[in-house]
Amino acid sequence: MDTKVELHSTEKIKLTVRDLNFYYGSFHALKHINLDIPERKVTAFIGPSGCGKSTLLRVFNRMFELYPEQRAEGQVKLDGEDVLSKKLDVSLVRAKIGMVFQKPTPFPMSIYDNIAFGVRLFETLPRAEMDERVEWALKKAALWGEVKDKLAQNGSSLSGGQQQRLCIARGIAIKPEVLLLDEPCSALDPISTGKIEELIHELKADYTVMIVTHNMQQAARCSDYTAYMYLGDLVEFGPTSELFMKPKKRDTEDYITGRFG
Amino acid sequence: MSITALSPAKMSMHRRRKVVNGAALTLSLAAMSFGLFWLGWILFETFRLGIGGMALAVFTEMTPPPLAETGGLANAIFGSALMVSLATALGTPIGILAGIYLAEYGQRTWLGRITQFISDILLSAPSIVIGLFIYSVVVAQLRSFSAMAGILALALIVIPVVIRTTENMLALIPNSLREAAYALGTPKWKVIYSVTLKAARAGVITGILLALARIAGETAPLLFTALSNQFWSSNLTEPMASLPVTIFKFAMSPYENWRDLAWAGVLIITLGVLALNILARVLFRNKN
Amino acid sequence: MISTNSGGGPAPRKRRAPWADTAFSFAAHAAAWITLALLAAIIASLVIGAWPAIREYGLSFLWRSEWDPVEDQYGGLVMIYGTLATSFIALLIAVPVSFGIALFLTELSPAWLRRPLGVAIELLAAVPSIVYGMWGLLVFGPVLATYVQQPLQSAFGDVPVLGTLFSGPPVGIGILSAGIILAIMVIPFIASVIRDVFETTPGLLKESAYALGSTTWEVVWKVVLPYTKSGVIGAIMLGLGRALGETMAVTFVIGNFNQLDSLSLFQAANSITSALANEFAEAAPGLHQASLIYLGLVLFFITFVVLALSKLLLSRLKRNEGART
Repeated sequence: MDTKVELHSTEKIKLTVRDLNFYYGSFHALKHINLDIPERKVTAFIGPSGCGKSTLLRVFNRMFELYPEQRAEGQVKLDGEDVLSKKLDVSLVRAKIGMVFQKPTPFPMSIYDNIAFGVRLFETLPRAEMDERVEWALKKAALWGEVKDKLAQNGSSLSGGQQQRLCIARGIAIKPEVLLLDEPCSALDPISTGKIEELIHELKADYTVMIVTHNMQQAARCSDYTAYMYLGDLVEFGPTSELFMKPKKRDTEDYITGRFG
Repeated sequence: MSITALSPAKMSMHRRRKVVNGAALTLSLAAMSFGLFWLGWILFETFRLGIGGMALAVFTEMTPPPLAETGGLANAIFGSALMVSLATALGTPIGILAGIYLAEYGQRTWLGRITQFISDILLSAPSIVIGLFIYSVVVAQLRSFSAMAGILALALIVIPVVIRTTENMLALIPNSLREAAYALGTPKWKVIYSVTLKAARAGVITGILLALARIAGETAPLLFTALSNQFWSSNLTEPMASLPVTIFKFAMSPYENWRDLAWAGVLIITLGVLALNILARVLFRNKN
Repeated sequence: MISTNSGGGPAPRKRRAPWADTAFSFAAHAAAWITLALLAAIIASLVIGAWPAIREYGLSFLWRSEWDPVEDQYGGLVMIYGTLATSFIALLIAVPVSFGIALFLTELSPAWLRRPLGVAIELLAAVPSIVYGMWGLLVFGPVLATYVQQPLQSAFGDVPVLGTLFSGPPVGIGILSAGIILAIMVIPFIASVIRDVFETTPGLLKESAYALGSTTWEVVWKVVLPYTKSGVIGAIMLGLGRALGETMAVTFVIGNFNQLDSLSLFQAANSITSALANEFAEAAPGLHQASLIYLGLVLFFITFVVLALSKLLLSRLKRNEGART
């Protein structure tokens, strides 16, 4: 389905998706997706289960390459360069496009080492600089105050909400340009969810954020742009306020008003 | 500039990472091939040398004296078959009952935890020590080696194997099945016997077959319990020949006819054990 | 009891054989107690059987090296050393190889190959040890002698420490031979347990590591291994327990010679299990037999400790798995 991209003329575009098709084996999961993602804004993806929103998110950082039966065809360009191209080293792509998952996944090591993990893959920093980087990342994830005295403790000693912020800090520490959040609050209680939504609001100052959520209200609260997907198609895309108040397509309106899904 | 361009220092670090990754994955492939290589070589030689010593006589004639012209392994084959089946018949009921205890009665009790712990240790304990135990308790008391002692020793090895597989298989059965039976008013023993055990039947039988395969190849427990016997015997109170012990005696000897028979015996045991294992797998997979 | 109804339903049920529940439960409980009793009985009979030797030598049995049935002088050092040395060599070879195999099976292997390879490894575990022993003596030994021992001897014969290790008749028997065959025997055990342990790592955890830009090796080495640490150690100890108690794979090739004069890996030596296998049936009741049983007690004690540790470590991994969300 061809969707005209509805961005204000002042928006700079960070990622462009052109004619993206995705297959699980012979199952055609994403159909001819065309999309422009604005820079330093939050773009939300909503839709009923199985619509392909997580699948689409996992194309951006080539996560699907871990599974031989999954394949993507088409182009996804970050600042003009096709990230799906085999010529680009996937590790380096993932250093630029970070991801946070549905459940918090602290590594079995100290909080400090969790944050330093990604950094140590790409740089050798002296201790003082690494300390700075860890502190910076934790501050950006609004976690520094709560953990600064227990950096040596195991990551799993934190509460669920704190662990998820740890994972966000871990992703930020390697200074990506894009952050992919795959239902980051689905395993969290309402208070932690609220904190993370605040965090997202701050993060967009520095990063282009894409968030998949099954919670429409969250999309309405957090995002600047929203994409509605259904059964592998991108049905509608536009500024969040417009999509929720005056959806252009009947299908979008049906979903948003809860007629199905 | 490309999004993936790096400074020279970072680039060389990145290159090194890729080299390390490649090396590690190559080594793991090498390890896999290494393992398969030994399996292949051992099976190949066993077949080659075993077939060389095979003849109909192996199954029809008794174990010969050294350097004899003819001879076979009939008494050893019979002895093994007899002792292994009786040992399985003896050990299986205790193993199944204890496995039932662990899965259905004793999940959170101290007796359950200790029994499971002990059973797992007995599972991997040196089998020659089991032989020593039966020697002290049976052979020394009765002042003679006997097939019965050998059967008891083998049964002691069957028990932990059957306990482990029975417990695992019963634990796989979802609680909803049990609850449905209880909801009909079924008493506990009948729930276990007619519902849970029946549902786990294929797995439990697999466990019995695996236990059988394990003791079919065991030598150490028989060395000082059933000992060996040059002649045919079906008397449980006397020493009895068995395939593994006979192979042990013949293989280390300098006589060629004995060594040929030993290889034939090894081939028979290997085929038997592999066949039992494959049968157990097929049975289990078909049921599931 | 279900009461009667008027027309159409099942007939009223009577509680048949109410003692069946008690009897069944009793049988199951009894079977559990029998298992415990077995362990106690084994330990008791070993101690009783070894008592003459324990009384005679006490703990010094563990470091005495004379073993002379004629003079009725016994000491377990040669056998204990042989058991420990062969198991050590076996683990030295088996642990990295098993780790590599588990890595291959979990990360590298294409999906269609995974099961056949797993089955092949499990079949290797099912082959009886007497097959390994005989193959080791009659096939592998001569090959080891020609292609490994003799070259090692000519290369390092004059080098100070290595020379001693590689002295002795290079005929394919001895501690090195036994160690290698033991290694081949325990590789499938350790490999399949490590593989099972690796597979408990949550997929999301591995994906998180990939998402930061890790290579496959980095994911395994820095995330999977730390996550499954206690399980991997448990697997190694399980392999050690098997290696220590193995009789047939060792007896054929170790040489059955009670000496400790030379530390050579090629010299014939002895292990606890091979000493028992070779001498026990003919040992006269008395100090000889008691000393052999003493050796069996020592072996049982060592393997018990190793296997208990293994079990604790493996169940700790299972508990941690449950604790994490």
